Amino acid sequence: MKKQSNQSLQNMMAEYQAVTGSNVMQQLEQLAAPLKGARVLHINSTKEGGGVAEILHKLIPLKQALGIEADWDIITGNQEFYQCTKGFHNALQGMRQSISEKLLQNYEKTNRENEEKLRSKLKEADFVFIHDPQPAPLLKLIPERRGKWIWRCHIDASKPYREVWKYLREWITPYDASIFSLPEFAQPLPHPQYIIPPSIDPLSEKNCPLPDHEIDNIYSEFGLDPQMPLITQVSRYDRFKDPVGVIEAYKLASKLTPMQLVLAGGGASDDPEGEAVLNEVKQASNGASNIHVLLLPADANRTINALQRASDIILQKSIREGFGLTVSEGLWKGKPVIGGDTGGIRLQVIDHYTGFLVRTPEGAALRTRYLLHRRDKLEEMGMRAKRFVRENFLITRHLREYLTLMVGLTNENDERINVGNA
Amino acid sequence: MQNATGDIQKKSPFAVKDCALITIATGIKVQNLKEFAAVLKDVPVGSIYHHFWGRLLRALFDEPEYNNDFASWASHGLHDKQLAEQLSMVIPTDYKDLEGLRQEMVEVVEQRLDESEIVPWAKADQQFHFLKSQIVVFDTGIRYDHPAELVPQISKLSTGSIYYHFIDARNRTDERYDDFSSWLNGFDGDEFEELTRNLCGMDPYFSSLKEIRLNVSTIFQKFFAKGEQ
Repeated sequence: MKKQSNQSLQNMMAEYQAVTGSNVMQQLEQLAAPLKGARVLHINSTKEGGGVAEILHKLIPLKQALGIEADWDIITGNQEFYQCTKGFHNALQGMRQSISEKLLQNYEKTNRENEEKLRSKLKEADFVFIHDPQPAPLLKLIPERRGKWIWRCHIDASKPYREVWKYLREWITPYDASIFSLPEFAQPLPHPQYIIPPSIDPLSEKNCPLPDHEIDNIYSEFGLDPQMPLITQVSRYDRFKDPVGVIEAYKLASKLTPMQLVLAGGGASDDPEGEAVLNEVKQASNGASNIHVLLLPADANRTINALQRASDIILQKSIREGFGLTVSEGLWKGKPVIGGDTGGIRLQVIDHYTGFLVRTPEGAALRTRYLLHRRDKLEEMGMRAKRFVRENFLITRHLREYLTLMVGLTNENDERINVGNA
Repeated sequence: MQNATGDIQKKSPFAVKDCALITIATGIKVQNLKEFAAVLKDVPVGSIYHHFWGRLLRALFDEPEYNNDFASWASHGLHDKQLAEQLSMVIPTDYKDLEGLRQEMVEVVEQRLDESEIVPWAKADQQFHFLKSQIVVFDTGIRYDHPAELVPQISKLSTGSIYYHFIDARNRTDERYDDFSSWLNGFDGDEFEELTRNLCGMDPYFSSLKEIRLNVSTIFQKFFAKGEQ
């Protein structure tokens, strides 16, 4: 990843300070001091699309601004590789999957090929963060590694399909630590398992404040009615996000309360099932004029930002969810979120405080109607929602925990770490 | 154990620290009270610390019904209100150390098991996950030479600072005092005896960190306002 100039890194730090306050940035500087010059390498399988890539785009420059030699590489593979890793993803989320021996062999071969390409960087790095199962075998392929290796699982692995987990566990066991988003996702492993929820970047194009005219343009761009309530789900077209359930909820709620629904998503380059799910969604919407199914390009961040800001309510009706960055994004814009009662959504949607947790399309419909009829509650929840994200889910907290983990691993996991002159 | 204000000599300035916790899963989870009792005897002592105090640094929207995670689980996971009440009244500072606290918890749980005709169970998605934490301590660079200087400043301290100096200190120091009281005790004479007594008399276990900050600030304000009269 191309390194930014010192001046632009310093400007970036000043911008974060304006949002989070000086003490937060001071803490980061103290934590980063013992890590100055450390070579930190992140590896995942896509630069665009999905929450992991989004976080890394910001986390890397922030680490660099703190004097850490942070870098990010991706592994690449053929269609069978992504078919296999999508199978892993589904299996970790509890879906019964049969992954053929041929696909597994291709998975291992792809990792060997990528290892050759990345060997010198992987060997020399002081810390290597491997994101999700795609690059997990790399550790075993680098026996002469010198740094600490951390496996970061972004997936709801609370009830993995055992057969597949047994296979993946062989690759993950030798890591020095792993990171899960929630305690419920942690698995019996012989190394420390840190609990670090992901985060959003308040300065990114997806979350920064927008001028009113840019929000208003959304209505004409997508044929929306500015006078009619708008509910929105932003997600990849993935069955676990339950887009069809959202349409059912909309149909139930709109019988008595006029409203419009936007389903906005893009594809991730490592998700081969997206197109099939998009077709299912289009079929379910059946051309209804107030259901808008949008396929947005990976860089449509300002459009998503504007859609979320134009919405009255944000939905994230997932059936399984590792974290759900779109929930934090919605809350950050002062919108209550109606979310599936699962995984990382439970961490963000505090029932009746920042939104509602639901288990069925009926539940989502009921809460949607309630909030549209009780504008006072909608406003109140929205205000709490923004504060909640500021205190818990901004990238500065995420970075602080990554730095703590790195300092902790170099201090042999002491329970008490003093930094600065503490 | 270190002194309340670190290794600083008594009467040296009060050094304001800040802190944050990072959560670590122990990988141990239980679904019924019998499993809970067995695990409680052996779980790392850091897990006892985390489930008693770590919750204070978590975002809460309402008044905590119970003041430790074990009691909350007894109520919401096992639906055993009696046990929840009993676990909630186990006060950490009544015990010499966390091992003593652990022993008392085990006693309470085993007593409850003896009384119960059936072992209380939780649903599969309501299991208790034993966690522990690493605490990272920051130096804010802020120093106060005299207690009166703290009066306008306490309300501006971060919740992390309040946690470190008021909650963590009671577990960290041999005297089981908060850091403010330990520092005040280092001044000659009995000038700050009443202030120290009021601070030590505060029960922080049902309050959020913001409430504790407000209470500490009020105690300081009242003490120095009286001195001015």
